Amino acid sequence: MLVRMYRYDAVDKTLVSERVAQFRDQTRRFLAGELNEDEFKHLRLRNGLYIQRHAPMLRIAIPYGNLSSRQLRALSAIARRYDRGYGHFTTRQNMQFNWPKLAEVPDILAELAEVEMHAIQTSGNCIRNTTSDHLAGVTPDEIEDPRPWCELIRQWSTFHPEFNYLPRKFKIAVTAAAQDRAASQIHDIGVHIVRGPDGETGFEILAGGGLGRTPILGQVVREFLPREHLLSYLEAILRVYNLEGRRDNIHKARIKILVRALGIEEFRRRVEIEWERSREAGPRVDDREIARLKAFFDPPVYRTLANVDVAEGRSAAFRAWHRYNTARHKVPGYAAVYVSLKAKGKPPGDITDAQMSLVADLADRHSFGEVRVTHGQNLLFADVEQEKLHELWQTLEAAGLATPNIGTLTDIIACPGLDFCSLANAGSLEVARLINDRFDDYDYIYDLGELEIKMSGCMNACGHHHVGHIGILGVDKGGQEWYQITIGGAAGNDASLGEVIGPSVAKSEVAETISRLLSVYVDYRTEDERFLDTVRRIGVKPFKEKVYAAPAAA
Amino acid sequence: MPRRLLRDGRIVLDDWRYSADGPDDGSSPLILKLVEWQSEREHWLAQDRRLGVLLGPSHKVEVLAQDLPRLELIGVEFPTANDGRGYSQARQLREQWKFRGELRAAGYVRRDQLFLMARAGFNSLEVWESDLEIAVAALSDFSWTYQPSNDAGLPIKPRQRAPDTAATA
Repeated sequence: MLVRMYRYDAVDKTLVSERVAQFRDQTRRFLAGELNEDEFKHLRLRNGLYIQRHAPMLRIAIPYGNLSSRQLRALSAIARRYDRGYGHFTTRQNMQFNWPKLAEVPDILAELAEVEMHAIQTSGNCIRNTTSDHLAGVTPDEIEDPRPWCELIRQWSTFHPEFNYLPRKFKIAVTAAAQDRAASQIHDIGVHIVRGPDGETGFEILAGGGLGRTPILGQVVREFLPREHLLSYLEAILRVYNLEGRRDNIHKARIKILVRALGIEEFRRRVEIEWERSREAGPRVDDREIARLKAFFDPPVYRTLANVDVAEGRSAAFRAWHRYNTARHKVPGYAAVYVSLKAKGKPPGDITDAQMSLVADLADRHSFGEVRVTHGQNLLFADVEQEKLHELWQTLEAAGLATPNIGTLTDIIACPGLDFCSLANAGSLEVARLINDRFDDYDYIYDLGELEIKMSGCMNACGHHHVGHIGILGVDKGGQEWYQITIGGAAGNDASLGEVIGPSVAKSEVAETISRLLSVYVDYRTEDERFLDTVRRIGVKPFKEKVYAAPAAA
Repeated sequence: MPRRLLRDGRIVLDDWRYSADGPDDGSSPLILKLVEWQSEREHWLAQDRRLGVLLGPSHKVEVLAQDLPRLELIGVEFPTANDGRGYSQARQLREQWKFRGELRAAGYVRRDQLFLMARAGFNSLEVWESDLEIAVAALSDFSWTYQPSNDAGLPIKPRQRAPDTAATA
């Protein structure tokens, strides 16, 4: 099956294989004592390898979230052979394995290279995996498919000689749709594909967004950049950052701190000066190359179909799934389908090897052999015939992959937390389970409507808690796990940072606290008002009063 | 014993000395610290002697702009593996200021950095490891590149691809 996604040519294949050989030799030197921990650290990080609480953690790049069924089967096989039979999808659309053995990592990378995958620059202070809209190419609301531009950025940023040792990690998101599903405003650089004055497409460039200890939303550096200058402009931003970003304090080293310290006007002025000087010698987007990349993402051959009412006469369970777990497709008769990785009692984003194999088979049968990873830690079939939805649902349901909760309270985003990560203060996964246990009445969940709960186990904010409608942050108080709650955050077009409601609460009170927040919402909401909108309208005070009114029941 | 280094991909004996290496013989090619160059610039300009300047990571390369025709060598100091400012300094010197002399990487210059350094424009590498033969091999770690750069003395191929290698694979 010819999957509509980027396929490696001889150049890509050679480079990735050479990278495996390079890392195999670096690992050998480390194990032989020729490199010490420090000397090896920056090398392994640039191959996605962390040393974690229990074992190494290997983060595998899934460029802008696109996977072929063949690649997903390879991940399944790796999970089975080198891990404990499961993997974890992250908010950067990547996959993490938590139990590989260091000495076997080169072999894993070699297996990945066989299916045109790698772990290059998935950690370390360099340009990370470029992320994008999981509905790219199928959503009715986009200007053009952003993925060819993502691939252009992926190649340009891979092994970039100048930007592999930046002050801190660097994340780029690209989106072309009216609705921002890639959280572009919380990225170091957000690239928006927009129409220019003459109707031609170009880019709006944002910089300086990021979460972590100091959450800041990105600001516009350039309102319209002609397409041929994309890479030279990115280089100008990165060069200013590489030379002037702080290196004395890891917590102040992201580009957001530089942009804030200089102010956006001064930052822009420096970038523009650098760009004037450098763009002549810098990379120029080659029309032939972008045409070559675009050809990979040509739409599949759709059948000529009409939209149908698939819910008619079906069970309530199917109708709920159809309502919450499918999205509109630009082609009549088709739908995009979410595979929920938020089943009750399961860590958000986790998937077993058997589930991966099943999803790969279903992709071949129903979605042109392609699967996508979403920023929300679920999977997506982009191109499913509406007539096949019921059949697909039955199979997903039997495999525990059809929890009808996308965009609702139980579709929680969470980092791996204390269970795996050596940085975490808190067991994010345990809290997610407690919330799931507390809220299992779907009539109530659906009545609450769109709700994003995001949870991070520490200030690094891998779970994006600042931009959750309800954010939960694990904090350490005298060796005990406590949780700070924020409300009113959002990651989309109307991005905003949540406000802390008050003192942090004990683990046993998190679910009760959320219940109280929601009861305030239900009391105050106007018709069709989302939780987020109510918070924005009435402010934090009524929520705070309710939460801290009396001790929560244990 | 003079230090050995990689220059244009070959192992050579260093014909330069640093001002900090010991008493000056008054004639050897000499690498000065930036502050030494700036404080006695007229003195050095008057000398009939090959001169170079060593930049630290926080120095802006523009400070040498008008002196570049006089300087045969510019050194760039890498204090640690993780401080990558020198890569940007190198590209600015090569691409914006058109420096064509010897561009030398000093400090934390280990074999796993050499490929990136050479790509950024360093044609001279003061390699930390004593086994320079193995270090030379690191310059061949990759045979293609994804982005244009300066590629000093590297056996790599240009990246241009024919459009017809596309989706038919």
